[in-house]
Amino acid sequence: MDLLASVKVALGGILANKLRSFLTMLGVTIGVAAVIGLVAIGQGTQNRIRAQIESLGSYLLTVNIRGRGAQTALSYQEARDLTADLEEAVATAPVVSGSVTVKYGTREYDTSLVGTDHNLAEVRNMGVDRGRFLAPLDVAYWQNVAVLGQTVVSELFGFTNPVGEEVKINGHTFLVVGVLSPQGSSMMGSGDDQVIVPATTAQRLVGSRGVRTVYVKGRDPAAVDTLMAAIGERLTTRFRDADAFRIFSQTQMLETVTQVTGTMTMMLAAIAAISLLVGGIGIMNIMLVSVTERTREIGIRKALGARKRDILVQFLIESAVLSGLGGIAGIVVGLVLARAAGGVIGISAAIPVTTVLLAFLFSAGVGIFFGMYPANRAANLDPIQALRFE
Amino acid sequence: MIRVENLSKTYRLGTVSVEALRGVSFHIAPGEFVAVIGPSGSGKSTLLHLLGCLDVPTGGTYHLDGSEVSRLRPDDLARIRNRKVGFVFQSYNLLPRLTAVENVELPLLYRGVRPAARYARACECLERVGLGNRLHHLPSQLSGGEQQRVAIARALAGDPAVILADEPTGNLDSRSGGEIMDLFAELHAAGRTLLVVTHDMAVARRAQRLLRIQDGSLVGDERVA
Repeated sequence: MDLLASVKVALGGILANKLRSFLTMLGVTIGVAAVIGLVAIGQGTQNRIRAQIESLGSYLLTVNIRGRGAQTALSYQEARDLTADLEEAVATAPVVSGSVTVKYGTREYDTSLVGTDHNLAEVRNMGVDRGRFLAPLDVAYWQNVAVLGQTVVSELFGFTNPVGEEVKINGHTFLVVGVLSPQGSSMMGSGDDQVIVPATTAQRLVGSRGVRTVYVKGRDPAAVDTLMAAIGERLTTRFRDADAFRIFSQTQMLETVTQVTGTMTMMLAAIAAISLLVGGIGIMNIMLVSVTERTREIGIRKALGARKRDILVQFLIESAVLSGLGGIAGIVVGLVLARAAGGVIGISAAIPVTTVLLAFLFSAGVGIFFGMYPANRAANLDPIQALRFE
Repeated sequence: MIRVENLSKTYRLGTVSVEALRGVSFHIAPGEFVAVIGPSGSGKSTLLHLLGCLDVPTGGTYHLDGSEVSRLRPDDLARIRNRKVGFVFQSYNLLPRLTAVENVELPLLYRGVRPAARYARACECLERVGLGNRLHHLPSQLSGGEQQRVAIARALAGDPAVILADEPTGNLDSRSGGEIMDLFAELHAAGRTLLVVTHDMAVARRAQRLLRIQDGSLVGDERVA
């Protein structure tokens, strides 16, 4: 018997029991929808985190200084010299950080202080909304100028334009020269809730603890590794201790995050796959019932010359079609759910084509696997017994 | 056409073995119309199953249409059933979800005949049994006599060497039963080889030749006057 005829016979079997077929398919549909939906949301989350990390600046190296003994930081000039002769470094931004209270008129706001220089804008992909960023001269001449984050502006100024106004930072008067464009929040904290001042000024303001963070932007991906090695070597010499500092590259961070979210996605998919398994067992169950119910039909077909293979193929196609259709419906439902859920939690669900294909093939495979036993049972029925069956 | 030598069949039911057929031998020539009669439990159904290649004998030989078929494997038996045998059952055994013409197509389907040829042959066979106007009816929309005629058309569709009928009139009233037997007589007249198993003498008398079976043995082989 040719395949087309087998498919027709199998479809006839499915249509003979529409409600039952639908319910059986539903089991697979739910399983596939769960897998697709969760994978899509997991992928979406991963993509979003990656995008966030990438927005921090490309080929970024973060050097954190812990120091050794009494030396817990670098001076601004030491930090600058760290990469001064390395042509792989496009820009280097030393950062002095601390907490400060910013005052404008009668309003007060506690925020983080970032003491740095003009390079930070390039290294961290920062833009200004209004006014300007720090200039080299601000650092050289210990200027009392500040660039404010969006949150600071809205807390202190409301709708007033802050550029040109004066604020008090820990009691010292600073001229607001610029407002950062919205940075959004990331794993590094809110980029909007900060005040940026020249590094030299900041050291004086927070009591001269010095530079404990240095951001370095590499020229290209290859430069990142070279820079890591070179900076590591210099800092080891400087502190005579390899544990006195930590260097993170954005690539490392990306890898770690990708690994973590990847594992999370896999875990979710595995849990969802359990429901697919249950759906498969549902198919097996209903196919067994169907074989029993249709024992007489099988007997008649065998008496008329159907071979074992013909009966086997008929029932296998039936279960594969059930699970395949269920799978297609599941893919559609999964995509819709992922979109909807992604909208609610604010990520755009990403659906890899390979996952969709895999899910479909897997569900059809589930049908064939779980259909195998019932189909075999049908194919091996003794025609005389089958014909006598009432 | 059919040559059976010392055919026997023993069933094992646990530790007890039941001898359903104890060495039956006979020949049926092409074009014969034979009735097999015997009381229930005499082994006539077993004989029919063996002749129809639904089962294999435990002893003896069976030549159907020139070839020995008693030692074949299941798939080869399926092939023989498909090509050499046409079955007509007491309870018609039509597939309820298929129309008359689709039911008749079944043997051709398993033979791998193309759809158009299948359909044409099925229509031809249904017309032959007088159901040319019932092609697309479901079995449930047909009377018992009509259903049995569809079954006969199905048996004819594969152009088999022999048509085996098991109590073909058992579920029918006497008038429809008579019509079915008339149809068998016509098929016989057209040169078909027919073997009808029955316990109804009225039916058996329509045949040319009578084989009596009792307790698994052939006890009579006579011409019908």
